[in-house]
Amino acid sequence: MLLAVEVSFTEANESFTLCLRLSSVFKRIGTLLPKDSDGWGHASSLTTTMSLTAKDKKMVKAFWAKVAGKAEDIGCDALSRTLVVYPQTKTYFSHWKDLSPGSAPVRKHGGTIMGGISLAVASIDDISAGLLALSELHAFKLRVDPANFKILSHNILVVLAILFPNDFNPEAHVAMDKFLAAVGRALSEKYR
Amino acid sequence: MVDWTDTEKSTISAVWGKVDINEVGPLALGRFRCSCNDRVLIVYPWTQRYFGSFGDVSTPAAIMGNPKVAAHGKVVCGALDNAVKNMGNILATYKSLSETHANKLFVDPENVRVLADVLTIVVAAKFGASFTPEIQATWQKFMKVVFAAMGSRYF
Repeated sequence: MLLAVEVSFTEANESFTLCLRLSSVFKRIGTLLPKDSDGWGHASSLTTTMSLTAKDKKMVKAFWAKVAGKAEDIGCDALSRTLVVYPQTKTYFSHWKDLSPGSAPVRKHGGTIMGGISLAVASIDDISAGLLALSELHAFKLRVDPANFKILSHNILVVLAILFPNDFNPEAHVAMDKFLAAVGRALSEKYR
Repeated sequence: MVDWTDTEKSTISAVWGKVDINEVGPLALGRFRCSCNDRVLIVYPWTQRYFGSFGDVSTPAAIMGNPKVAAHGKVVCGALDNAVKNMGNILATYKSLSETHANKLFVDPENVRVLADVLTIVVAAKFGASFTPEIQATWQKFMKVVFAAMGSRYF
């Protein structure tokens, strides 16, 4: 998490000392974080390296079996919500004629995305391997900022809650949240 | 702090008005009978660190049956109710709450964002398809403002 500190000139001295103290704390925290290939430990990797347990995988597969029949609806609604609630995401679809919720291109692409999620479920024992081609596509051709994977994941969870309020209990919620985070990580792997 | 259109204000009041504080409050912290608090404690188990004095929060069942968790869910919803009633001035309304969380409770503000996400999901489940993308956008704007106000006294 990035912390911003406002400094006024009159407090500059105290704030500078505070910054030094904070930075030494962060350095110590940094040594505890798993390192990325660039040598930096990122706090976000703490969330993304929480791996799926056997229980999580079982829950994801069982839940997906229940909901897969509505995959296109889920994808369409999740993408619609992404475009409306996070309008900056429209940048990736400026070539579509119609970006409104439920439009034809949105529905079609929502289905495509759900195909990727299905593939991830089928590859749940090695999501990185299963999504290798998709990662390269997103990294080199589409160049989608990986921050958007979290946004879409959130909206998938919202849609699952709307469509399956009884099945989407807390245990299913945590398993799906972890799974979608793992999918986001796998998609980000080839970026750099 | 933030500009609200009349439509946005009435949307938030309408959504919140249909929420039964006794039902959703305890729901966002199992099934849609648990608390907003319950769901946060289950989906993000490291948040349990703040509730050492609440007794048994070791399993989803324990969390969903814990009366202190449910009571805290109601406290949280009471605070949200306050925000809905003072939408024009959430920053000032939350000044002392922010100070308490920053200086006494030492709660990482990230937990407020997490709670906001979970609450959005719980509200979505309650409202179903009537929680349209547009209503979700307004609701999440409200959640963002609450999150910013809660974090405002940390520095």
